[in-house]
Amino acid sequence: MTPLEHYLILSSLLFCVGLAGALTRRNAIVVLISVELMLNAANLNFIAFWKFGVDPAATDGVMVVIFSIGIAAAEAAVGLALIIAVYRHFKTVNLDQINSMKG
Amino acid sequence: MDIAFIIIAALTFVSALAAISLRNLVHCALSVAVTFVGLALLYLKLGAEFVGFAQIVVYVGAVAILIVFAILLTKSSETSNEPRYSRGAIWSGVVAAVAFAGLVAAISASQVSLTSSPVAPSASVEKIGQDLMSKYVLPLEAIGLLLTAALIGAVIIAMKEKPAEGDEQ
Amino acid sequence: MEFLDQIFIWTKTQVVGALPDVLQVPGSILLSILPIMAVFPLLFALTTVAERKILGRIQNRLGPNRVGPFGFLQWAADGIKTITKEDLVPRNADKIVHFLAPVALLAPVLLAYSVLPFGRGMYAIELDAGLLFFFAVGAGTELAVFMAGWSSRNKYSLLGAMRAVAQMISYELPLLLSAVSVVMIVGSLNPNEIVAAQEGFKGAGGLIPNWHVFTPWGLAGFGLFMIAAAAESNRSPFDLPEAESEIIAGYFVEYSGMKFATFFLAEYLGLFVISSLGIVLFLGGWHAPAPFALFEIVPSWAWFMGKLVTIIFCFIWVRGTLPRLRIDQLMNFAWKFMLPMTLINLLVVAIWQYALAWDFVGAGLLRWLICGGLLVGPYLALGQGLMNSRNWGKRTYRYAS
Repeated sequence: MTPLEHYLILSSLLFCVGLAGALTRRNAIVVLISVELMLNAANLNFIAFWKFGVDPAATDGVMVVIFSIGIAAAEAAVGLALIIAVYRHFKTVNLDQINSMKG
Repeated sequence: MDIAFIIIAALTFVSALAAISLRNLVHCALSVAVTFVGLALLYLKLGAEFVGFAQIVVYVGAVAILIVFAILLTKSSETSNEPRYSRGAIWSGVVAAVAFAGLVAAISASQVSLTSSPVAPSASVEKIGQDLMSKYVLPLEAIGLLLTAALIGAVIIAMKEKPAEGDEQ
Repeated sequence: MEFLDQIFIWTKTQVVGALPDVLQVPGSILLSILPIMAVFPLLFALTTVAERKILGRIQNRLGPNRVGPFGFLQWAADGIKTITKEDLVPRNADKIVHFLAPVALLAPVLLAYSVLPFGRGMYAIELDAGLLFFFAVGAGTELAVFMAGWSSRNKYSLLGAMRAVAQMISYELPLLLSAVSVVMIVGSLNPNEIVAAQEGFKGAGGLIPNWHVFTPWGLAGFGLFMIAAAAESNRSPFDLPEAESEIIAGYFVEYSGMKFATFFLAEYLGLFVISSLGIVLFLGGWHAPAPFALFEIVPSWAWFMGKLVTIIFCFIWVRGTLPRLRIDQLMNFAWKFMLPMTLINLLVVAIWQYALAWDFVGAGLLRWLICGGLLVGPYLALGQGLMNSRNWGKRTYRYAS
């Protein structure tokens, strides 16, 4: 059985990959993909801790992940709708060019 | 070492890297779908079957397709010649690497394995259903409300605006 | 005849028992998968010929009748043709995605066969959340359809793929909700338990089987499930995304040879697996339809195959009879008619379950009347309402001048 630390290291690796993507890429859609990746890494963390938990009858980890999946889906829908609306106005999804409130 | 875990973890990590670094956006979307599938396989390996299948239904079946539709509707599917990374991407990469190093240090220094119980927990569908209706009924209703609001909001935001009456003059 | 019923399981235990210890688990897995991989592609081959012949007869012509007795070896000729055809890939196409799309479409469809019981005890794997696994792999096919359409770099291909994905997503909701109505009554997502809940007979003289289709919600659910199943597998009258006369075969227009055959195979296998799920959910799985001793001799897998063949015949019949729906008619139908009907069906299931506790005289008839009325009323109201809301103007004629 793979020890818990391996799952935690994998989930922190995925989280940092998502973080790097959200901070470095210019395209708004890739930033949204990276945010989804971060949420998924956190879900993996929850399930890993549930599996190696103290109480065999607890379902808390699974419940949190079910709700997290639902919330992430709703957030992706609203985020992508916002990107489409922004594109309609600025004619681009390049985040460096969506800076009309700057200065 | 568990061979299945190594293969699934490698697949997930490589496709996550591909998802944030490929030039063609549709390839990014497909790679992140592969990442979702890899994560679902990990959930199945950890014994959370319902969550694994729900992950595939929701993420691969809905979120990935939403991303693909957004790529097509914003005409980003052609490969553009602009640079992919913003200025100062190096520093952001350093921040992410430092975050990773900090997390790994915290994991290695703690003694998580000592608190696991001898009997592995299992969540059958019936138990999940009963918990959803008894202990978690308020979050269930709240998430129903949230999803309704999010969907109506998303449709309204993305809808084409009709030109106002005054513009016709 | 117990032996004939269990002949496949007996064969498998014999063969696995004869293997050395190390090979027993892989051998058992392989022997569970091989029958599925052998039977259903063969059924696909026979269905292609049968479909062309039946469609031909409906259209007052003979189908293929040259190759083999009455044309029933046509599938072999078709197979040889597809294998020997040149595999063309457009120059601008995205090579990797173009290559992976047929594989990504076929793999989830084959996975879906593993949880369904095709006979007494004849399932490849028993999962606690088997029905959810089935719908999860169904969701995997949508992305593969998009991959196929986008990677060809062809406007019509992409248009067909977008329409197909929109159609599949829209009809997934009625499909899932009509399956959920069965899960509500049975209380489990396990297909074996759903089949086990449909055994026995009821009614006067014990002649009507306990299948879910013989209840008001089951009848409505079965109808909705089959319509959504036809739409999910892009089957007439919902085959706009791939119609040869409309959009030149839509999302697989740039595929030739073996890849096209893989798409074709995946579509028909998808049809078979979703019909099998319909049989498991509503038609009593592998149970016999009457308690006569003659029916008990026929093995359980033969009953399942018989029901599957009947449903396939009905699909072919509908294909030859009804005209194709336009994309906006499709989407209207899914969201404005089928979704409210499935939600009302859920309500009716709850009322039926509550009304099962009544045991005064005439309770059964009252139950049927209430539940039937709750289903027929909205059906008529929605049907009339949606039809009348379109402004049918006076018929005008335009002449060339």
